[in-house]
Amino acid sequence: MAITKAAPRRPDDRRDPERSEEEGRHLNSPLLLTMLLLTLVLLQSPIRRALSAPVMQSWTTVFVAVMVQALPFLVLGVLLSAAIAVFVPPSFFARALPRRPALAVPVAGAAGAVLPGCECASVPVAGALVRRGVTPAAALAFLLSAPAINPIVLTATAVAFPGDPEMVLARLVASLLVACAMGWLWLRLGRTEWLRPQSRASHDGQSKGEAFWGSVRHDVMHAGGFLVVGAMAAATLKAVAPESWLSAAADNPVLSVLALAILAVVLSICSEADAFVAASLTQFSLTARLTFLVVGPMIDLKLFAMQAGTFGRAFALRFAPATFALAVVVSVLTGTVIL
Amino acid sequence: MNRQAQAAVLFLLGASLLHAATTDLYLRYVKQGLRPLVLLSGAVLIAAAVATVWYERKRARGRGRGRKHDDEPGDGPGHAHHEPRVSWLLVLPLFALILVAPPALGSYSATRAGTALQEPLAYPALPSADPLRLGVVDYAGRAVYDHGRTLQGRRVQLTGFLALDRDGTPYLVRMALNCCAADAQPVKVALAGRIPPVLQPDTWLRITGTYSPRRAKDPVNGGPIPFIEVTEAKPVAAPKDPYDESWNG
Repeated sequence: MAITKAAPRRPDDRRDPERSEEEGRHLNSPLLLTMLLLTLVLLQSPIRRALSAPVMQSWTTVFVAVMVQALPFLVLGVLLSAAIAVFVPPSFFARALPRRPALAVPVAGAAGAVLPGCECASVPVAGALVRRGVTPAAALAFLLSAPAINPIVLTATAVAFPGDPEMVLARLVASLLVACAMGWLWLRLGRTEWLRPQSRASHDGQSKGEAFWGSVRHDVMHAGGFLVVGAMAAATLKAVAPESWLSAAADNPVLSVLALAILAVVLSICSEADAFVAASLTQFSLTARLTFLVVGPMIDLKLFAMQAGTFGRAFALRFAPATFALAVVVSVLTGTVIL
Repeated sequence: MNRQAQAAVLFLLGASLLHAATTDLYLRYVKQGLRPLVLLSGAVLIAAAVATVWYERKRARGRGRGRKHDDEPGDGPGHAHHEPRVSWLLVLPLFALILVAPPALGSYSATRAGTALQEPLAYPALPSADPLRLGVVDYAGRAVYDHGRTLQGRRVQLTGFLALDRDGTPYLVRMALNCCAADAQPVKVALAGRIPPVLQPDTWLRITGTYSPRRAKDPVNGGPIPFIEVTEAKPVAAPKDPYDESWNG
């Protein structure tokens, strides 16, 4: 789908630094941007008319809503990741994390509790950690655990499930387990060549301020573009897929877990809000709803797009299905033990 | 996209976020509590745009003086270092936010989703005003789960928009919101009694009426829908915050 078309082609990136070549071969991009915006302004009334059908209207609203809601958290994550990339020396992480990668994974997973944000913030931060020399397994454990186990999200879960306080515990345990298991799985099976070689320009010869703002600009443009892809996919499914499919699945215990796991991927709801949505899915069992809460912050459409952008498509295509399968299995096991 | 174009996109994105957050526009998409974060991120984006332009100019000036130290491989001076093409997509939310500014979710989304009514934690005593102004969510919660005990003999006033079921049943709806419009879910109250003769979906109504013990089942998810016995229905302007945020605690 759209991802294949929109994904960056790295060879191009490498090719065009020649200044003289660019002037001739490429259209000057500020000019192109101006022309694009002017055309959109000129065409605004036909576009508005096309968007006035109820389906399109609700699509646009959900699309804009996901963007407006996610951008602040993306910016927060980007600022943090720029700060890590510029102001924190690599030796800090070497000291802070246990030397053995197998031990670094649970430490990094538990450290996810201190990043108060949703999943949009954790992708750029995890990217910065990898660039700073943190072992990928530990960075991935952090990537998966941070959006699910931070205090804001756990508080929201407690508020949304006033009658079932064990839901908070189950969410914490299951999310940590999946994050650590994925980290260890990466240690065993992961290959570095799946990760996109970081094409980031080195910060040598730049002042700290320049490097910091350069990193912010790069990350917003990059992750933001992929966020748009994810937001469009989520809006499409929200506007088109009928909810009555869900109630058909609710009666079967196996189907209901799978249905809510897929719903979590499709809806791409912010992890700070997903507990309330889960609470309203009253026709489903608590275990199915736990699956929704564990899968959602770890893998959904917009996260997949952003991971593909930050770590490369070869990585995302392997990482996402593995995370999904593991998250479903662990949630069911945790659900049967705790709930 | 080169750095100048990136700076332009960053600036426009930041400006449109600031515009949305300083007017009531943002309330169509996200909850009220996100406003400071939206403002802050708009300011950061504008700062990033300014910083980009500033450092670009500094570089250009450095080059102009003949200092030849910026031929780092892969990150050449000035116009080089392109971001992937996917960055161009950032023009879409810009356009949607500035030029289209889509309305808050309405009857289309409301009739496609089942009522999301949840049992309230408590039923605090109501003020003695007459008519009594209540939220749609509050009324539905008291009517369904408290059997209207606190509503007996009161004239209540609800504000919401109109949605028509497939078979034409009219509902007064308010979308309840937890974070952003992507998670908004409808809470519905069915109308009985003196319903206005012409029903146009998505019009905002202020309904005055009394509690009715009648119940219906939502055709989408089988959730409970209480009725209200309408005595008066007045079209009103859409409220500043079109969503019900009472679940945010």
